[in-house]
Amino acid sequence: MSLSSENKMNVKLNNKDMAVNNINSEHRVVYDTKDLNLWYSDTHALKDINLEINEKEVTAIIGPSGCGKSTYIKTLNRMVELVPGVRTTGTITYKNKNILDKSFKVEDLRTQVGMVFQKANPFPKSIYENIAYGPKIHGIRNKKVLDEIVEKSLRGAYIWDELKDRLNENAYGLSGGQQQRLCIARCLAIQPDVILMDEPTSALDPKSTLKIEELVQELKKEFSIIIVTHNMQQAARISDKTAFFLNGEVVEFDDTNTIFTNPNDSRTEDYISGRFG
Amino acid sequence: MDKLESIKSSSKMNARIRKNSIWKSIFFLSTLVGLVVLAILIVRVLGQGLAWLDWDFLTGRLSTSAERAGIMGAILGTVWVMIVVIPVTLIVGVGTAIYLELYAKKGKFQSFIATNISNLAGVPSIVYGLLGLTVFSRLMGLGNAVLAGGLTLALLVLPILIVSAQEALRAVPGYLSEASLAMGATKWQTIRRVVLPAAIPSILTGSILALSRAIGETAPLTVLGIPALLIPFPNGLFDTFTALPMQIYYWTLDSSLVAEYANLAAATIIVLLLLLFILNSVAIFIRNKFQQRY
Repeated sequence: MSLSSENKMNVKLNNKDMAVNNINSEHRVVYDTKDLNLWYSDTHALKDINLEINEKEVTAIIGPSGCGKSTYIKTLNRMVELVPGVRTTGTITYKNKNILDKSFKVEDLRTQVGMVFQKANPFPKSIYENIAYGPKIHGIRNKKVLDEIVEKSLRGAYIWDELKDRLNENAYGLSGGQQQRLCIARCLAIQPDVILMDEPTSALDPKSTLKIEELVQELKKEFSIIIVTHNMQQAARISDKTAFFLNGEVVEFDDTNTIFTNPNDSRTEDYISGRFG
Repeated sequence: MDKLESIKSSSKMNARIRKNSIWKSIFFLSTLVGLVVLAILIVRVLGQGLAWLDWDFLTGRLSTSAERAGIMGAILGTVWVMIVVIPVTLIVGVGTAIYLELYAKKGKFQSFIATNISNLAGVPSIVYGLLGLTVFSRLMGLGNAVLAGGLTLALLVLPILIVSAQEALRAVPGYLSEASLAMGATKWQTIRRVVLPAAIPSILTGSILALSRAIGETAPLTVLGIPALLIPFPNGLFDTFTALPMQIYYWTLDSSLVAEYANLAAATIIVLLLLLFILNSVAIFIRNKFQQRY
């Protein structure tokens, strides 16, 4: 896919976030996690997490299986609450509000924070209906507006040229890589500020993976992206900041360059050099 | 290696293969038992009843004279009962399944209810008849009206429908509802737009099978005192009625008095079987036509 050949579209219909975060123009923090602890029943899955995630950057979360990285990213849109018996303490501040507070409506949070899953999960509907799903549940009925959002979202995910003549086909007819980019487009359609990606390329072949990585580079101009990945080269390639999780704790969080060239903690070095994990 | 070679060529190999074919025949014979019994039943019923099955029989009123008797009243009664059973079971059954499967917190209470519903599916139908007699006929004063019969049969098949609807909902992959919830949809929006559309073919299949059961039930209706006398055709929910299985039951009972009644019963059985056959075909059609692949 040639990204440059496609018109760069401003994916957002409105810049709703421009007015909100104008303090601290250099490093605006989108998520401020303080002393976060999380338990699945009796299992202490996240321990005293403190992380400041910046806006319009790609933050990678790496670590071995079971280290809590997926749990953490699912806490950021509270999808983790779907697991029975989850308890949390601490705060995650998003736009000056603690999202872990029960008075914070998850529906509101998830409208501002989109998510792309490990396994591409389009609905068994047409490509058009997949993209229009989000806007529809938020009350947009006007066909013209929906058409516009569908096109912008697909263009935003650089998949418009491939799919524009197939909008009424079932999404299940697409390849795995196309399905995952469709899911990214579907996520753009709700006009989020943040996109959470939970190992979005782990089920894809190298070529599709590359396309998604290129897409992430484009998307970070508009969105704050937090990506969980098993693939350390991927983290090194696409992220600005990297957090290394181990046994539910943040071992190290720094600029990606520092993490991969000059890590502070010996455990980080062991992990990225492939000595365990 | 040599040992393996010797085993391969020895008679042990043949013994294994022989054993396989013996088991295959056993399983085939088991299948045959059901088929043969069904075939005998159909042949007998057709032989006995087909000659009696004509337009006059279908549209005629009840009569003590076997030649003039018809089953229009029973057909209308069955239709009226279905008019009660279908909406009640669908709304209450699917509603219960949605609550248990998608809203109720997974825990002791939820599994207690679910286990009890499965148990209710195994309660003998005559017990439901007694329940209907107590609650609908006597307590609510509905007597032996269509509404009493319909509600009793609805209760009877409700557990079957709940269990099958629960299974249908459970079969919808979790990642589909996750995708919806992660976009800020509420639970109800997710259920209505993602889960139900994916589950509806299986739910409908299950409900039609449950309805077939309701159509064929006799025991609860006898407890309610549903007559098979020369009653007028039912025209509403509060009219007295009779139903096809009741008609079969009474004609079979009275065949010791009038031998031709046995033939009338057989003819009615053909009508009932046809009705069930049609309903099952609809279920299969829905399943094949609307089944989504995911």
